[in-house]
Amino acid sequence: MSHAANDLLVSDIDAYLQRHDTKTMLRFITCGSVDDGKSTLIGRLLYDSRLVFEDHLAALEADSKKVGTQGGDLDFALLVDGLAAEREQGITIDVAYRFFSTERRKFIVADTPGHEQYTRNMVTGASTADLALILVDARAGVVTQTRRHSFLVSLLGIRHVVLVVNKLDLVGYAQEVFDRVASDFRAFASELGIDDVVCIPLSALRGDNVTERSVHTPWYSGPTLLSHLETVEIGARKDGPFRMPVQWVNRPDHEFRGFSGMVVGGSVRPGDRVRVLPSGRESTVARLVTLDGDLTEADVGQSITITLADEVDVSRGDVLASATAAPAVADQFEATIVWMDEQEMLPGRSYLLKMGARTVGVTPAQPKYKVDVNTLEHRAAKTLALNEIGVCNINLDAPVPFDPYEENRDMGGFILIDRLTNATVAAGLLHFALRRADNLHWQAIEINGAAHASLKGQRPCVVWFTGISGAGKSTIANIVERKLHEQGRHTYILDGDNVRHGLNKDLGFTDADRVENIRRVAEVANLMVDAGLIVLVSFISPFRAEREMARELVGEGRFVEVHVDTAVAVAEARDRKGLYSKARRGELTNFTGIDSPYEVPENPEIHIDTRLHSPEEAADEVIDFLLEVVGIVR
Amino acid sequence: MSPLTHLQSLEAESIHILRVAVAESDRPVMLYSMGKDSSVMLHLALKAFYPSTPPFPLLHVDTTWKFREMYEFRDTFAQDLGVDLLVYQNPECLAQGINPFTHGSAVHTHMWKTEGLKKALDEYGFDVAFGGARRDEEKSRAKERVFSVRSAQHRWDPKAQRPELWRLFNVRRSPGESIRVFPLSNWTELDIWQYIRLENIPIVPLYFAAKRPMVEREGSLIMVDDDRMPLEPGEVPVERMVRFRTLGCYPLTGATESKADTLSAIIQEMLLTTSSERVGRVIDRDSNASMEDKKAEGYF
Repeated sequence: MSHAANDLLVSDIDAYLQRHDTKTMLRFITCGSVDDGKSTLIGRLLYDSRLVFEDHLAALEADSKKVGTQGGDLDFALLVDGLAAEREQGITIDVAYRFFSTERRKFIVADTPGHEQYTRNMVTGASTADLALILVDARAGVVTQTRRHSFLVSLLGIRHVVLVVNKLDLVGYAQEVFDRVASDFRAFASELGIDDVVCIPLSALRGDNVTERSVHTPWYSGPTLLSHLETVEIGARKDGPFRMPVQWVNRPDHEFRGFSGMVVGGSVRPGDRVRVLPSGRESTVARLVTLDGDLTEADVGQSITITLADEVDVSRGDVLASATAAPAVADQFEATIVWMDEQEMLPGRSYLLKMGARTVGVTPAQPKYKVDVNTLEHRAAKTLALNEIGVCNINLDAPVPFDPYEENRDMGGFILIDRLTNATVAAGLLHFALRRADNLHWQAIEINGAAHASLKGQRPCVVWFTGISGAGKSTIANIVERKLHEQGRHTYILDGDNVRHGLNKDLGFTDADRVENIRRVAEVANLMVDAGLIVLVSFISPFRAEREMARELVGEGRFVEVHVDTAVAVAEARDRKGLYSKARRGELTNFTGIDSPYEVPENPEIHIDTRLHSPEEAADEVIDFLLEVVGIVR
Repeated sequence: MSPLTHLQSLEAESIHILRVAVAESDRPVMLYSMGKDSSVMLHLALKAFYPSTPPFPLLHVDTTWKFREMYEFRDTFAQDLGVDLLVYQNPECLAQGINPFTHGSAVHTHMWKTEGLKKALDEYGFDVAFGGARRDEEKSRAKERVFSVRSAQHRWDPKAQRPELWRLFNVRRSPGESIRVFPLSNWTELDIWQYIRLENIPIVPLYFAAKRPMVEREGSLIMVDDDRMPLEPGEVPVERMVRFRTLGCYPLTGATESKADTLSAIIQEMLLTTSSERVGRVIDRDSNASMEDKKAEGYF
């Protein structure tokens, strides 16, 4: 390697190296066929950036004479064609990665062939590329293959494209030719949503505008290929929200528990609030641990180990994400699938899906359509064969956190693995969830019911007052609440008046609505118990089944059923709200005790006969039970 | 923050690869050859799993013909780091006394290294083995996967390799299969040296120029490292200022004349000279496709 032109290398090696220490990296893919001179171009970049070693050069000279296609001249294509078999055939058969470097950047080139395996190989190469270099032969212009390459580039989400109009020497370096090809391509690219296109007139064979500005194209004022590659701004996903799939739980001892992974979105700092997906638990970043000391910030692309402030459950495969912009979690998606295996996709078969650090079972449905990569037309499809691209719904065995591929490659790109052969059979891109997974705690909860209760210093429970209208449920419940409040207990009353006017105002008094009424009240009471409250529910709740449902929901031991019992005649005689007389007049239907049944509790925790006890006495009995049996104070 | 430098990107990617492999394998091992690439790979492993020590042993597939300084380096270094070091010498070679002088370089390398490695992996039952190979070393390596599946017979089938997309690696193995993992795939020789310099990674002193007893054979400068090396009639070792660009079995490793005795000077020399790295390895001379052939047989 001879950077001989660089005086600094000779005179001050340390200064020279310091410059190289700060260079950045660019990954790009080259698309084009053998005929477009792709290998020649890469060979030329390697050669002109003086990265061809002398012994490689000797081999190149020998090979050029033996199998070269350039007469006696150096055949640069031979520098990059690797495997013995393909060298003989004169074609590349796979994705090859080449490296070259200038003072400003290190380049990783994914070189993919333009023949029959193109889709599989190109998609593979494009998956890691920041930029695509699309070659066309100036004589042929934009051809079918160019469209195919551009489509794959846009599908894989590459935002930056360089159109290399090659072999310009063969059209006499004519500006009209270049302009026409460039404008054809721009029109096509914008249809695909590729906005950043730079077109460069070039001859790889002659070296025009590769690294040095060509004297043959005075009409061209844009950058040379290399100078563009050196300077193009590649926006990483720094602006997006923080994402890190947990690859490995780091536990050197009982004290330390860290979560190792690569930041694949946004950035993270100690003190940031993070959510663990799919569980939904939250915590705060305590430290960003590395061998070189703790970091104050980590960005997209860095491999780090995070410790959290709380002992939350985090496993390999989980995703740590910004708590304020967490990814969705789902188990059914619409996805684009690129099939890469000789054996075609079998809709309905279970494959493995690997995304981030998580592997789950997946079943693809029959494709909605496949895409003809040459015409971009949608065609009906029952399956996908090797190198076919289709859109289908997929069904996962377990919910996974994800972002649409368009927003984050690492959070929306997946591979499919055959369970029997273990081969990687497909690549896929998630677009959107068909429904959210329903078996999840969306806001689970490290501050749980126990934490709420302990802060309040009480054992929460539901006291469920049931009985016919006018039995005295609300009167007793109100006294109970007042006395508990005086003792410093945190309470709340749910009764028909405050629930039916709001939450349940859409419900009437049919049996179906009564069932729904009680279901909702039970759910609300249960949330309040979780919040740490002693909940006093005062509802007629005439049906045994719904009261049992409420008991099961809240949990035995925290559910106190109080039957406020009185004779219909007694209640009717009291009739404080005038409801009985209305019902008797037929102005109210479905009235419990008159024309709607009341199912008497069989084993209530407390039975109060309001004909024998005053409301005060009844309230005291309830409070005694709460203190002695439930143990609400602790 | 400013964008990551190329070395930071490479480091992060290698750490990612190391973690994927460890998380998804049962018995991982890291092949350790004391070379500069091994040193970098081990350094990256220390970073990847910190504050844990790397959760796998190092395996040195020994030929008994390495430079003495390499053995010294290996033993002190492994002790300092507190990592498990396994040394495997192919018992068949020991029994037959395989050496490069009587048996030739091809047999020597095949029996000690290729066969030795296979036997060691089988004996210990390792299912994932890290190697320090880089794609830029040789043309056929440019297409090597980062995770390379080997059959139960350790063979590499270039047609049956799995596509590698994004940062997703398929680590699943059928019974008997193993996976070679190359965390340094995307590093170049210059990257390696720059990183060693930036991170102060210890390397074997043979990389630095010093006066060493040398003989010249078939255009290569060979160091007379011990008295097992038979001298040709009239051949007398001469002290010459040399260093080694790659390390292997001393009778098979050519030196270059050099005064570069600091890292900066080594890098400067590398950038100014024009012969690539593996030219110092006698084993590559046979044919242009020889690395490919060796790989198909199970060589790393």
